[in-house]
Amino acid sequence: MAEINQGVRETVNSQAAQAFYRTLSQAAISALTPIAAVLVALAFGALLLWLNGFNGSDVVTVMVFGSFQDMRSVGEILLKATPLILIGAGLCVAFRCSIWNIGAEGQLYVGAIAATLVGTSIDGLSVWVHAPLVMLAGALAGAAWAGIAGYLKVRFQASEIVTTIMLNYIALILTSYLVTGPMRDASAAYPQSARLVREAWTPRLVTDLRLHIGILVAVVLAVGLYIFLRRSSRGFALRVVGLNPHAARYAGMNVARNVMIAMCISGAMAGLAGAFEVAGVTRRLYQNISPGYGFEGIAVALLAGNNPLAAILSGGLFATLRSGSEVLQITSQVPQVLVLVIQGIVILSVVAFAKLRDILRTVA
Amino acid sequence: MSTKPFLRIDNIRKRFGPIIASDGVSLEIEEGEIHSLLGENGAGKSVLMSMICGMVRPDEGDIVYKGQSVRFTSPRDAIRERIGMVHQHFMLVPNLTVAENYILGQGSALSVISNMTTVHRKIRALSERYALDVRPEAIVEDLSVGEQQRVEILKVLFHGIDLLILDEPTAVLTPQETDRLLSLMGDLVKDGKTVVFISHKLDEVMRVSNRISVMRDGRVVNTVKVGETNARELARMMVGRDVRMELPRSPKPPGRIVLSVENLTCRAETGLPAVRGVSLDVRAGEIVGIAGVSGNGQTELSLALSGLLPVDSGRVILNGNDITGHDPAKINARRFSHIPEDRHKHGIVLPLSLSENTILQRYNQKPFATGGMLNRRVIGEHTRDLIKRFRVRSRDENQPIAALSGGNQQKLVVARELARDPDFILVNQLARGIDIGAMEFVMEEMLRQRDSGRAILLISTELEELFAICDRILVMFHGEILGELPPDRARLDELGLLMAGNKDQPALAG
Repeated sequence: MAEINQGVRETVNSQAAQAFYRTLSQAAISALTPIAAVLVALAFGALLLWLNGFNGSDVVTVMVFGSFQDMRSVGEILLKATPLILIGAGLCVAFRCSIWNIGAEGQLYVGAIAATLVGTSIDGLSVWVHAPLVMLAGALAGAAWAGIAGYLKVRFQASEIVTTIMLNYIALILTSYLVTGPMRDASAAYPQSARLVREAWTPRLVTDLRLHIGILVAVVLAVGLYIFLRRSSRGFALRVVGLNPHAARYAGMNVARNVMIAMCISGAMAGLAGAFEVAGVTRRLYQNISPGYGFEGIAVALLAGNNPLAAILSGGLFATLRSGSEVLQITSQVPQVLVLVIQGIVILSVVAFAKLRDILRTVA
Repeated sequence: MSTKPFLRIDNIRKRFGPIIASDGVSLEIEEGEIHSLLGENGAGKSVLMSMICGMVRPDEGDIVYKGQSVRFTSPRDAIRERIGMVHQHFMLVPNLTVAENYILGQGSALSVISNMTTVHRKIRALSERYALDVRPEAIVEDLSVGEQQRVEILKVLFHGIDLLILDEPTAVLTPQETDRLLSLMGDLVKDGKTVVFISHKLDEVMRVSNRISVMRDGRVVNTVKVGETNARELARMMVGRDVRMELPRSPKPPGRIVLSVENLTCRAETGLPAVRGVSLDVRAGEIVGIAGVSGNGQTELSLALSGLLPVDSGRVILNGNDITGHDPAKINARRFSHIPEDRHKHGIVLPLSLSENTILQRYNQKPFATGGMLNRRVIGEHTRDLIKRFRVRSRDENQPIAALSGGNQQKLVVARELARDPDFILVNQLARGIDIGAMEFVMEEMLRQRDSGRAILLISTELEELFAICDRILVMFHGEILGELPPDRARLDELGLLMAGNKDQPALAG
């Protein structure tokens, strides 16, 4: 690698070309470290499986590629990727502003509740109106829920890490209460809400797959947030506030307003993810509508280096691993805890490599 | 030169990550001399001395002390070998007495407490011998900065030393306190002790040293005897080229009042009163200086003027508009520029590029932004222009500003603040932490701004900086303006007395 660098350096003379080379090497560092992180983690996972008497490399292969069997299974991966990309990209914005929003799970649930209310209580609208209305309701509810923690932070300097975690519990318990009480479908044996009216459903992408247009919305919004952070004045202010709030105040930026905006954007994305789960997948509100997407979204943002564009890829990766572990549970004797351990190793490795990436960047 | 030096430092190297702090330093200190280490900030003086007193371990190289190779792993080892260092930042517990500070970590509690009278007696004896005026029962936080420094020096003497290292001791002192410290150094040498004096102030070094070693970029450039050199030569060694010490100034009568401060009062973040009724005017085409030992309310005054600290009472009028207590965005918009004291805290955002740092206040204004989106081409052109005009040494405008030296960062801040076409420029510590070359440049730029009719308020703890460019100098003490003087070096003593708070005794001057 060093030799190649040297060779390239010697051939590059003009300043513009050097700048290009630098950008390229920075980009390579940014792109290669997460990949290295995942590979190292999977190697560790394989070792761990081998120590437990399994054929490590086979199991890991199944975990990564096992879910790519047919259109249907790819569709299922993308279905899982949808909330992860939405939440991950939203959290990139919050984390760039140094807002540690750990409450995406709760914001997802509140979004799901709002989507259910709008999807069950109104009837007779066209799908062109009702389906977007459901999404909007989810996003607004998520933003409002995150806004509570944002307000507590700017008004009382309450740590958003604590308040968002507490709001998670409130949202989960509120959901349980609603589906066992006021919103319960009385005709059902299990606690669940009534079914959303057909016009409120998120349209499917392909008729015979569960995959819905949410994946497109997620990708478009992730790209949009990337442009927002990089190119817009507001995105610039958010980044300055995140990097140095003292300098932000000196420059005349309203720190509190920027904190609220970052918080609400990440909340809206999580709320939208909740709306898609109800309107696109389950059609009803359940107690456990999310298998922890809100928490996994944190790892998605982390692996993406807080870059919403990269969150599309890292969201896809986490969705693949999640699908792969489901395949594993069905086809092999590997206990589920070991699969969870491997996922944990991936996250730890990502954190370690993120640090490494920062060091490499300053050296390069 | 004796054949066997008291302390020999041989080819010491030390790296902190990518930063090379010591790049093969060799140095010999002789017994009974005052040896000055002269160099700009970041030349590697403090790191070198920290290695001698066991705070930092060298990567490579030898330290030979009293003929033996030593390898200290903690300050305790150095103290055992009778080496003591007084640091730039005092290492005292504020709410303990002087005597209590001295016995911290010394032996068992019981033996220490039973010997307290002996400890007090010993402190008094030392204090008397070196005329230090240190009372063992005084609480540290009640003492002034100068007194605390004497407490620190006496602490080192109390533990018994042969070698005393003083790291930038005069930075926090008034001229009178500095005189006193320099004569103390002479007394210590008479008693057979050896002193290493770290400084970047040429005149002090020339006055007190036997020999001077100049450091630059982590190396000792040269060691000279004080009689065989002069200030000009030393300055050249420090920066590697000639330096002009005087700046030409055109006499010009100042114009209308631009900034008027009336009876301003505000508190520090701790809630304690910091600015107590300050009134001053700054006119177009003049530079008004505020001198004072740091910590006398200058920081709070500049934060209050720029809207970063709430004002308790009084008024700030800029161009006839009351801006008291307005938020920084509104104040900035009134052609108010601010070169802040703490560059890394307020002035710049280190990980961001030069381009991004130049639009910190104007990120949402035309032509830098249109329709809510940043106009990267315009921003890039603007930044390249500033880099060129202010000779900011950088690779390009997309480089993170963290990669620049302090002087070049400051040049970019100055460039940004002047590019906003201000009527009034508030400067707190124009040349802090920057090299002489950059200092000269920014000072000349300030004079050009003055001549083009801008009003400038320069707050500084560096008297040289104030003398060099101010039209008049106000002295701040305990949150008040005690008096005003012309920038006349002949009246340095008067200035010093005001800085020490002696408002009514100018007769004692000299």
